[in-house]
Amino acid sequence: MDPIYLDNNATTACDPEVVAAMLPFFTEQFGNPSSMHSFGNQVGLAIKDARQRVQALLGAEHDSEIVFTSCGTESDSTAILSALKAQPERNQIITTVVEHPAILTLCDSLEKDGVVVHRLGVDKKGRIDLDEYKSLLSPRTAIVSVMWANNETGTLFPVETMAEMAHGVGAMFHSDAVQAVGKVAIDLKQTQIDMLSLSGHKLHAPKGVGVLYVRRNTRFRPLLRGGHQERGRRAGTENSAAIVGLGVAAQLAVEHLAFENREVKRLRDRLEAGILPQVPCSFVTGDPGNRLPNTANIAFEYVEGEAILLLLNKQGIAASSGSACTSGSLEPSHVMRAMGIPYTAAHGTIRFSLSRYTSEAQIDRVIAAVPPIIAQLRQLSPYWGERGPVAGADGGFAPAYA
Amino acid sequence: MWDYSEKVREHFYHPRNAGPLVDANAVGDVGSIKCGDALRLMLKVDPQSELIVDAHFQTFGCGSAIASSSALTEIVKGKTLDEALKVSNQEIADYLDGLPPEKMHCSVMGREALHAAVANFRGEVWNDDHSEGAMVCKCFAVDAVLIEKVIRDNKLSTVEQVTHYTKAGGGCSSCHEGVEEILAKVAQERCTAPAVAVQPPAAAVPPAKPRLTNFQRMRRIEEVVESIRPMLQRDHGDIEIVEVDGKNVYVNLKGACQGCMMEQATLSGIQAQLIDALGEFVQLLPAAMLGRPALAS
Repeated sequence: MDPIYLDNNATTACDPEVVAAMLPFFTEQFGNPSSMHSFGNQVGLAIKDARQRVQALLGAEHDSEIVFTSCGTESDSTAILSALKAQPERNQIITTVVEHPAILTLCDSLEKDGVVVHRLGVDKKGRIDLDEYKSLLSPRTAIVSVMWANNETGTLFPVETMAEMAHGVGAMFHSDAVQAVGKVAIDLKQTQIDMLSLSGHKLHAPKGVGVLYVRRNTRFRPLLRGGHQERGRRAGTENSAAIVGLGVAAQLAVEHLAFENREVKRLRDRLEAGILPQVPCSFVTGDPGNRLPNTANIAFEYVEGEAILLLLNKQGIAASSGSACTSGSLEPSHVMRAMGIPYTAAHGTIRFSLSRYTSEAQIDRVIAAVPPIIAQLRQLSPYWGERGPVAGADGGFAPAYA
Repeated sequence: MWDYSEKVREHFYHPRNAGPLVDANAVGDVGSIKCGDALRLMLKVDPQSELIVDAHFQTFGCGSAIASSSALTEIVKGKTLDEALKVSNQEIADYLDGLPPEKMHCSVMGREALHAAVANFRGEVWNDDHSEGAMVCKCFAVDAVLIEKVIRDNKLSTVEQVTHYTKAGGGCSSCHEGVEEILAKVAQERCTAPAVAVQPPAAAVPPAKPRLTNFQRMRRIEEVVESIRPMLQRDHGDIEIVEVDGKNVYVNLKGACQGCMMEQATLSGIQAQLIDALGEFVQLLPAAMLGRPALAS
């Protein structure tokens, strides 16, 4: 039985075209792009070409606004630390409670160093309140960092509007767009976004390469200092093979954008329409009307996510969960808790994230597999009786400690 | 993906004794849906011999929670209650060929359910001594609550001591920052020394210069400006003093200095030299400001 990979928000398979384009850069094109001789020169040209393809994907005005980094996390850290360092008179950050740990953990750490961090809450559908955001903006705001799309639910944020509002108080605006790039149309030159993070492995390029978009004239302080690579904004010898791969992946993403929003979306909707009516006490989390085309996050009440994943895995289906047990921490996903998803459901959330390689036959197999798995686990659960949840799940089964 | 043993997988995929036990006479409920795992252990106990005749479970939880519950029912069947009470959580884990450190709490939950069921059978009230904080040391599965308690009870002050007492931090060492934070928190509470108020460093007081007469003061201003004029003249500019009124010195910039990009820099440079020479604050102003109210200083 062929495995079915529905965990594309975690990482994606490299496109074969990407791999093919990269291979020569491990063998004959091994030169250092900084070198004067022909070994280096060819590599330099290939990187220039990749930069222009990423520029096209992001709709950046200049190719020099593209800075290659090692990953999305590096891009995020660089953006926030740069904004603080370049504007010593400003010491506040505004972000959201549902950001990726690449932002949240950094902010927690900066808070210990005296930076003031405001974290915008979200409503039941994972949406933020722009009035609350407006009230937090001040002349002390150094940077606002808000993800373009949430990795767990796919919910989209109004980053373009928020960037304009940030500029109203002279603050910088950064967006962690690692989930959004390639799935929604992005045209940065039409926006006021100052910095944006992209990660290669989320769009069928290899791991170990990312991009920080830095709008021209944005005050910038590098994270890594050393050589003159990336115009001195990111020292360190270029990961040339991966950068070339990212260039190809960027071009493929442009070509498949319409497909993502038509075909992949259709399959995602088919998956939800197939599962939800068959499984009682299940629902889609996030903002179904305003989300990434490839993401379905479904909460199955009274069952635990890891157990679901293990049983799915046995049938060759790969997905992920916001349950506590899959993360190693003892708390369910911070995104689910921020949305106020009840604990009865938060532990049983499963994220299916599709890609352009997902087929209709695969989706139909998942639709057939999920309902029996949930029924099987509910049979084991003390919270589930013959006909559904035991009366008032927390009342009917009330253990000695909570 | 967790590194589960073959035995854990097997018990998860094919749990033994799952589902309600209709004629159970000892029931232990532990856990909660909030924590992400909950277990109901149901035993059928022979009242005379206190022998566990049958055992079933219902579990809400992850793979290892279900496997641990399944293992527990297999272990206790055929034991007397007193024998069963001696079953440790380690025995449950061993039965499954081990559990990942983060999952050891699943075996602890099994043992607690057993104690709760026995208490239920004997008509006793069971109190759990269960407390669980955020996992700090993942190598040895030590949580924050335990670390804090051990630090407090034993007045520990270094990460090394914490490792000796709890094993926490003895593996990969990536949790040392977390351990240090707990140490700092406890140390702060323990510290009884009066807080030292931080005194701002005293401002440096320049040695008082002898007070100048009005005439000396004007001469001094003139000397400073005269010493600068040759430099300005070299750049085809010049400066003249128009009036000295208290701390305001009014001057005219002439020639190339007028409207020069560096005009402000020139003025503040001369002002700094004047302040230095006079030992008091003065303000250099364009003569055009004469007669107007002085700038707020």
